[in-house]
Amino acid sequence: MLYDALIGPFVEFPFMKRALVGGIAISLGAAPIGVFLMLRRMSLIGDAMAHAILPGAAIGFLIGGISLGYMTIGGLIAGLGVALASGLVSRTTLVKEDMALAAFYLISLALGVTLVSASRSNIDILALLFGSILALDDPTLLLIVSVASLTLAALAVGYRGILMECLDPGFASGVSRYGSLFHLGFLVFVVLNLVAGFHALGTLLVVGIMMLPAGTARLWSDDVATMIAIAVPVAMLSNLAGLLISYHAGLASGPAIILVAGALYAASLIFAPYGLLRRFLPQRHLEA
Amino acid sequence: MADIALEFRDLTLGYDRHPAVHHLTGTVMRGDLLAIVGPNGGGKSTLLKCLAGRLAPLSGSVVNHLSGLAYMPQIGDLNRDFPVSVFDLALTGLCGKRGMFGRISRGEQARAQEALAAVGLTGFENRSIRTLSGGQLQRLLFARLMLQDSELILLDEPFTAIDSRTIDDLLVIMHRWHAEGRTVLAVLHDLELVKAHFPKTLLLARDPLGLGPTTTVLTDARLDTARAMAEAFDRDASECHRAA
Repeated sequence: MLYDALIGPFVEFPFMKRALVGGIAISLGAAPIGVFLMLRRMSLIGDAMAHAILPGAAIGFLIGGISLGYMTIGGLIAGLGVALASGLVSRTTLVKEDMALAAFYLISLALGVTLVSASRSNIDILALLFGSILALDDPTLLLIVSVASLTLAALAVGYRGILMECLDPGFASGVSRYGSLFHLGFLVFVVLNLVAGFHALGTLLVVGIMMLPAGTARLWSDDVATMIAIAVPVAMLSNLAGLLISYHAGLASGPAIILVAGALYAASLIFAPYGLLRRFLPQRHLEA
Repeated sequence: MADIALEFRDLTLGYDRHPAVHHLTGTVMRGDLLAIVGPNGGGKSTLLKCLAGRLAPLSGSVVNHLSGLAYMPQIGDLNRDFPVSVFDLALTGLCGKRGMFGRISRGEQARAQEALAAVGLTGFENRSIRTLSGGQLQRLLFARLMLQDSELILLDEPFTAIDSRTIDDLLVIMHRWHAEGRTVLAVLHDLELVKAHFPKTLLLARDPLGLGPTTTVLTDARLDTARAMAEAFDRDASECHRAA
């Protein structure tokens, strides 16, 4: 009974198995990235980046059709272009990073929509927006797993630098010549994870698996390493539960995954140690 | 001239072509404990910013013969909500030496512990910096400066909003740096404190009004001149053609 509900679908259907593997890999890379984005108060940057990537992927589609290579390269070029250009602008002019990014992603988006509509192709924009986690083929899985591995390795090596750059950017650039390079490198990995993830969850929903587990983790911990250790399993659990719910209830799987992540966040918002409930359960204060 | 630490060569600093420090020439010797005083807008912080490499001169230059620099800005970029412990923030002072990848040894961790003890933060190691008061945070930033172990230390109003007991503690640390032969430049407003603790002073009211022994710089006449400085930029100021 329990087997049929929880394990059966993954044994019986290869597409479910692939979806689970893909989801777990995305969780490994995207969730820690989300924690760092949140700590930098850049939680909405993922969303802006996703908008920047979308037109790149669409143009890739126009050139090569439903092709992993073209769509990935298109997304990467648009995403990295926007990330690096806004990083450069915010470091060399009075324009701050949020405005710089807003400007470039809006230009990218408008340019993309113009090119797509000029080509009169009937591109399946819904698939780009919301992905197709139940149709992951081998090359796509390989891409997702490679990006997750690269991300984990890069975060392990750059951990101190990225944290320093979040904690005290002025100090970080004073003591190390590489201060802002860590930030740019980090943005590259934000883009990589969004591009790898959009094949499964779409350019918009992939931001959900990046940010919602991070927000959940923040409510449970006040320590960065612990937050990462919480965010990753929360993201994995969202994938597992979302896939099962979508399978049994016949719902779209991508949104189901993000809804589970959202439900976990909402529950944490109430019950977690740094959540709302604590405010209403006052404890006596201490002596000193 | 191995003893010269900093040489200002007709240095002019400013913003949007308006000078904040105007034609500063002079030298700071190795091991000097120098106070920088003057009115608001007199260019004190701007000078430290330039020494820290965060502002390029409008004209002239500054030559720095010291290796290593520790800078405490008046308003830093520190993200006070960031979830980091007092001990870990102190350890970031080692990043100049250890870089972003190097391992931090047991001995260095012990040094961090000593630095926290010196600023009276023993027992705070595992506290989140979010929970510190303004004065406690300032003490923590002093501990970080100690760990940076630099020849040149730049302090921008280090004692603002600090209680007198803490100021005394921090002055002890500053005198220790002086005794160790480090060059310390501090922007200050408390003239009594400057006279009591700083052998040398730079009086800066956009134009340099004196650089030398504190007793000869902080005269009533010069302080009156400093007080009379027009703070606002002159919108219609003409181009400066003063010869170097």
